[in-house]
Amino acid sequence: MTGSIHSIESFGTVDGPGVRMVVFLQGCPMRCQYCHNPDTWKMAGGTEMTVEEILKQYESSQNFYRGGGLTATGGEPMMQLEFVTELFEAAREKDIHTCLDTSGVTFRRDDKAFLSKVERLLKSTSLVMLDLKHIDDEKHKPLTGHSNNNILDFARYLDELEVPVWVRHVVVPGLTDHEPDLYRLGRFIGELKNVKALDVLPYHDMGKVKYESLGMEYPLKDVPPMSKEGAVAAKKIILKGIKDARLDKANRPCS
Amino acid sequence: MRPEWKAFNGGAWEREVNVRDFIQKNYTPYDGDDSFLVGATDATKELWKQVLELSKKEREAGGVLDMDTKVVSSLISHGPGYLNKDLETIVGFQTEKPFKRSLQPYGGIRMAEKACADNGYTLDPEVKEFFLAHRKTHNAGVFDGYTQEMRDCRSSHIITGLPDAYGRGRIIGDYRRVALYGIDFLILDKEDQKDTTSTVMYADVIRDREELSEQIRALKDLKKLGQIYGCDLSRPAANVQEAIQWTYLSYLAAVKDQNGAAMSLGRTSTFIDVYAQRDLEAGTFTEEQIQEFVDHFVMKLRLVKFARTPEYNELFSGDPTWVTESIAGVGIDGRHLVTKSSFRYLHTLSTLGTAPEPNLTVLWSTRLPEGFKRFCAKSSIESSAIQYENDDLMRVTHGDDYAIACCVSSMRVGKEMQFFGARANLAKCLLYSINGGVDEISKKQIGPKYRPITSEYLEYDEVLESYKQMMKWLASVYVNTLNIIHYMHDKYSYERIQMALHDREVTRWFATGIAGLSVVADSLSAIKYAKVKAIRDENGIVTDYEVEGDFPKFGNNDDRVDLIAHDLVHTFMTYIKENHTYRNGIATTSILTITSNVVYGKNTGATPDGRKKGDAFAPGANPMHHRDTHGAVASLASVAKLPFKDAQDGISNTFSIIPGALGKEDQIFSGDLEVDLELELSEDQK
Repeated sequence: MTGSIHSIESFGTVDGPGVRMVVFLQGCPMRCQYCHNPDTWKMAGGTEMTVEEILKQYESSQNFYRGGGLTATGGEPMMQLEFVTELFEAAREKDIHTCLDTSGVTFRRDDKAFLSKVERLLKSTSLVMLDLKHIDDEKHKPLTGHSNNNILDFARYLDELEVPVWVRHVVVPGLTDHEPDLYRLGRFIGELKNVKALDVLPYHDMGKVKYESLGMEYPLKDVPPMSKEGAVAAKKIILKGIKDARLDKANRPCS
Repeated sequence: MRPEWKAFNGGAWEREVNVRDFIQKNYTPYDGDDSFLVGATDATKELWKQVLELSKKEREAGGVLDMDTKVVSSLISHGPGYLNKDLETIVGFQTEKPFKRSLQPYGGIRMAEKACADNGYTLDPEVKEFFLAHRKTHNAGVFDGYTQEMRDCRSSHIITGLPDAYGRGRIIGDYRRVALYGIDFLILDKEDQKDTTSTVMYADVIRDREELSEQIRALKDLKKLGQIYGCDLSRPAANVQEAIQWTYLSYLAAVKDQNGAAMSLGRTSTFIDVYAQRDLEAGTFTEEQIQEFVDHFVMKLRLVKFARTPEYNELFSGDPTWVTESIAGVGIDGRHLVTKSSFRYLHTLSTLGTAPEPNLTVLWSTRLPEGFKRFCAKSSIESSAIQYENDDLMRVTHGDDYAIACCVSSMRVGKEMQFFGARANLAKCLLYSINGGVDEISKKQIGPKYRPITSEYLEYDEVLESYKQMMKWLASVYVNTLNIIHYMHDKYSYERIQMALHDREVTRWFATGIAGLSVVADSLSAIKYAKVKAIRDENGIVTDYEVEGDFPKFGNNDDRVDLIAHDLVHTFMTYIKENHTYRNGIATTSILTITSNVVYGKNTGATPDGRKKGDAFAPGANPMHHRDTHGAVASLASVAKLPFKDAQDGISNTFSIIPGALGKEDQIFSGDLEVDLELELSEDQK
């Protein structure tokens, strides 16, 4: 089968461990205000590629990917669940490290058919990078156009399956840098046992040009980029939340 | 054993000049991290402040602070020079004061005169008269030898950057020998070499004997240079400070003797570390002192300066000296060659701040220890000033005691040297093949009058066949031009001190070079996969091209064009090898313009890939600007397909990337959550 591919970056260094080939899949249901790839939103318009074509490209440069691997991102890669599953299964067959960079928004625990597909995908996924946009559902909705219920549930589900996870969180001035929210996010992460890394991303406005070229209004045109110091401070608060949650958990009486 | 060698493991090196054996028997591989390093001392900071002030004054003065216009530079031409004698632990300048450039006319008096004039100085008329009337220079010799065809090729820029008016450089003396053995030992060795030449006096034998005499004289002068700075170089260095000082004075002698296009240092860090380790263990010096010696040594290397013309600086985009120091690598016995001093050298980018010189070059291997790799990455991110080269590739042919001259030319230290050969412009050569040897800019007949291409649309097989013939011609005139240049350089500007620090039998690499590779590869690809229409002027000379349709471009990991580039290199090298080379030089080639690609492009007409007249070539083996559209790995993969066996003098790929695209910012990325939680915890307890 083929997947609808937006583009491929042959030298990815920030989407998972090591140097990676990063496959951007076309199509995303989220409409995050700070998204810097609005050109990947539409379901149509990608280039159809087969698993073999992608892996052939990977293998022709595989010396560069030692210690790295293959990352599927987007768009929302789980919108093309079957294709990504085939890609990852074929990759793992060749001992390639696979990383799924997802928002988790398509997750539905009550859909059994869907769940078994997800389970199959995760069997050949070495690492999930889970992008938690906002811990507060009321703020999550206007920020992304969706509720975070399924997303947080996906995080718990990954924990149950013991899939290694890196949590990503973009800090946007005035939108996602509220201290109590960051602390709550930390408390949520602290309840999970499978989180290996925390990737705090300061918001930047380099996506602006893409909006302009697409003839779209840039939703955050009045929001300044987040400073590095601001991101460091945000990270500290999240870490504090994680730590406190873990301490509380340890002090809980046996149940 | 000599007292200076106390506590060293003995070996063949005691009885013969064999620095590699000394290193192998004595060095201590270091597998740890950078935590042992210390910062700059107060003396270092004070000296560096002084340097920064002088640098500022130099910039304000328009690039040159002072210049000698009268005293011809030699090993002993100038008295001692200092920044601050009391604070400097490593001493020596090219003239009697820092930032004063020396006068070096042996490469060519005109160039020396112009370098003075362009910087607002006037060459002493007596010196000029002497070198015009009484003492011939390399430059004068070369032009006596050149044929008309060679002059034409030169002025039409199909062969460019030739070292025919300045010092050729690219030779690395084994400066470590002076530290390990002392000069008296080295003179004895050279005298023995001279006493045992053939006694049948062919021209070659006479030349050998004359050169050995020059070498011995240079060694004696080096001893005197030591005396000027109060150092007894006749004996071996007795500690790490002396080992660095002896090595540096020997290098200083070379830059006082030669204003070469690249005056590289060699591979000294692991050698120096043997002394550092011994002195550290014996308590002779502390880590602070040893870092200070290294810092002061590197400070001196940063202050090597030559009198050069604006054109020269334009060609090289700046005023480079190419004081390349090769660091790390892996030994043929499997042990890596990383020592604490490998760290100390790189650490100067932090103690003194970042700088392009000396050109610190890490000989990279996948088998280098993790701690060192991490330190390299960290230093690179902080300084953007480290060059990396593939030791796993070069070790195969050059062993484990080679060094890099200039940017990529590898040679065994003290055993191999290079005849630097600039570059042939392969893009212009393609245009000559289309125009039957007529230059597309001057419209003169420069190349042989082969049949030009007359069709409106270029046809791949026809162009390729014609191109091969023209390449064959170019290779021949190019190699023979170089033969003249190197004959005359040996005759009129012999590198006496650098060659004194070489073995008797020296392997000479005859280094040719290529400019415009990706232009030609893309042009041939355009002709093959798209339609290229030739636009001719009123005399039928093709001066422009129209490309209809798309074609595979070099730099996208696409075999259709990558193999064209591969074959170009191989074919050109085959033609080069068909020619006789001076002193049995072994032909190699390089694809390595770092900056001069701009000047080469300026002198080349429009090309069939759609590049316009005068547009810059891509540097080295780089894909053309903005034509690699599949990311860095695909671009690098294309370059990696070029045959290193045909281009052993080096393949360069100049690659810029913003730090943020190289990886995560460690302050905002918790790559290991458990570690960061620990940190968070401990900070709370403070």
